[in-house]
Amino acid sequence: MPRVLTVYRWELRKLRAQKRTYLGLGAAAAVPIIFVTALAIRNGEPRDVAFGRYVHDTGLAIPLVLLLFGSVWLFPLITALVAGDIVAAEDRDRTLKTILTRSVERQQVFAAKALAAASYAIAAIALSGAVALAAGILASGFNPIVTLSGTRVSASHGLALVGASLLVYLLPILAVACIGLLFSTVFRNSAAAIVGTLMFSLLLQLIGILPGLGGLQPYLLSTQFQAWQGFLRVPVDWAPILRALWVCALYAVPALLVAAIVFLRRDVAGE
Amino acid sequence: MPTAAPIEVRGLVKRYGEILAVDHVDLTVEPGDVFGYLGPNGAGKTTSLRMMLGLIRPNEGSVRLFGRDPQLGVAALEGVAGFVEAPAFYPYLSGRENLRLCAALDGGGAAERIDEVLEIVELRGRGKDRVGGYSHGMRQRLGIASALLRRPRLLLLDEPATGLDPGGMRDMRELIRDLAARGITVLLSSHLLVEVEELCNRVAIVRSGRVVYEGLLADLRDRAGVSYLLRTGDDALARRVCAAQAGIDEVHEAHPGGLLFRASGERAVGELSLALAESGAPVLELTPRQASLEDLFFQLTEGDGAAAGAARMAAAAEELA
Repeated sequence: MPRVLTVYRWELRKLRAQKRTYLGLGAAAAVPIIFVTALAIRNGEPRDVAFGRYVHDTGLAIPLVLLLFGSVWLFPLITALVAGDIVAAEDRDRTLKTILTRSVERQQVFAAKALAAASYAIAAIALSGAVALAAGILASGFNPIVTLSGTRVSASHGLALVGASLLVYLLPILAVACIGLLFSTVFRNSAAAIVGTLMFSLLLQLIGILPGLGGLQPYLLSTQFQAWQGFLRVPVDWAPILRALWVCALYAVPALLVAAIVFLRRDVAGE
Repeated sequence: MPTAAPIEVRGLVKRYGEILAVDHVDLTVEPGDVFGYLGPNGAGKTTSLRMMLGLIRPNEGSVRLFGRDPQLGVAALEGVAGFVEAPAFYPYLSGRENLRLCAALDGGGAAERIDEVLEIVELRGRGKDRVGGYSHGMRQRLGIASALLRRPRLLLLDEPATGLDPGGMRDMRELIRDLAARGITVLLSSHLLVEVEELCNRVAIVRSGRVVYEGLLADLRDRAGVSYLLRTGDDALARRVCAAQAGIDEVHEAHPGGLLFRASGERAVGELSLALAESGAPVLELTPRQASLEDLFFQLTEGDGAAAGAARMAAAAEELA
């Protein structure tokens, strides 16, 4: 484990030195600011989405609306930017041979890379949530929020619910990170892995709206991006949250296992 | 109890589909050797080195580094360092940071040696610069520095002078000579004959994935014998005379002119000179020529035209073994 942590620290250091990291994190921070600014300028509201009608009443509504908007491509793309690159970049720079001939095992390198990709995804969601909250509170105030059940909860309670929602939102995001890691390992090409991850995410959303495939909806990864709404009901609806746990695991674990097997068994040749 | 050899390779095979990249290679590198692994491009040298470092899996055979199998884990690489093809680093990190990363992955006191190894490869002044801005030669030297962090007892270097200018090649050779003088066993993969001739005490010559000679460089030269250069006023006639003369064989054209041949002894050469005079072919030059490593290399690694030479070398190698 200490070796994994050492490699993990260096994976984070490498991420800090790359522009794409800041591109993703910058987007995660900029989108809420742009959204709040646009709302303030136009003085309108996205009434057709949950909590859209409350964006001028309380800043707590802003991160929730963004979670809904961001699930289509923004957060999957931000996640894929790093997860899809984290192994493929080693192929591009031909550096796998450099690190795999030091005193660390392949499984330790892989574990550190998976942890780093997950850490980045968590940081992006946390940053986006924090900026959205701050911008929303600045624009609309720290006021009580009306839940999906129609009951009003205090601002502090609402803040806890937003925090819990962000945590549940991480489940499908981490699954997307695992799929990005798989594509990165298999394709050995950053662009293919990033686009592939995004396409996979969009494909699942497409399947979700196709007629006749409604039965699949609860088991699609895209559906799990709405699981956090269970917290915004009174009483809390745990069913979508618990389903998100195992459905996301169903996507994440096989992807991670296949990626690990490919990484551990692959020849590091000069292609 | 005898200590295990730094490198012991037995029956190593690597196939890529129909292509046999490494064909039942056997090698033994002894402690203190500067061992040249010599062959033309595409002969399978790099693939062999990758298997030795555990980067790719052999289809058959085994590699042991100080008695340990690199396929079973990085413990086998303890005391072993090097690089295959060009050394690669993270271009967005500085040279020093790349070394810090390598040292962190190595553990132990490697991090404390960063200044020392930068000094050895004369990169201390450029340690803070991003590797993306390094020249090819600087990256090669950084590759050596990263290898030295591990305090290796065995260094595997794949074409370390490739792409360097003449000054860089000279510096690299001096560096390798210096490292060997410190007691480090070196396996030097190269297609540069001068480099191998200058640095190595033992060589393996590889052709199409197969080792065609392994042994002391000096023995290889001794066994190769002497050839003769003959220049006459009529090379076509001289060639016919040579062909008819007992004890003279392997007659072929020399560059830029004349003929090269081998003789069973000086008596046969004397008889040839008489026969040439009788035939009317005026002898302008008849001189013995010690076979260079280049001659030997081409005899061993080129096609059917050199088959006789290759067979003789192989026989010589067998005798040596």
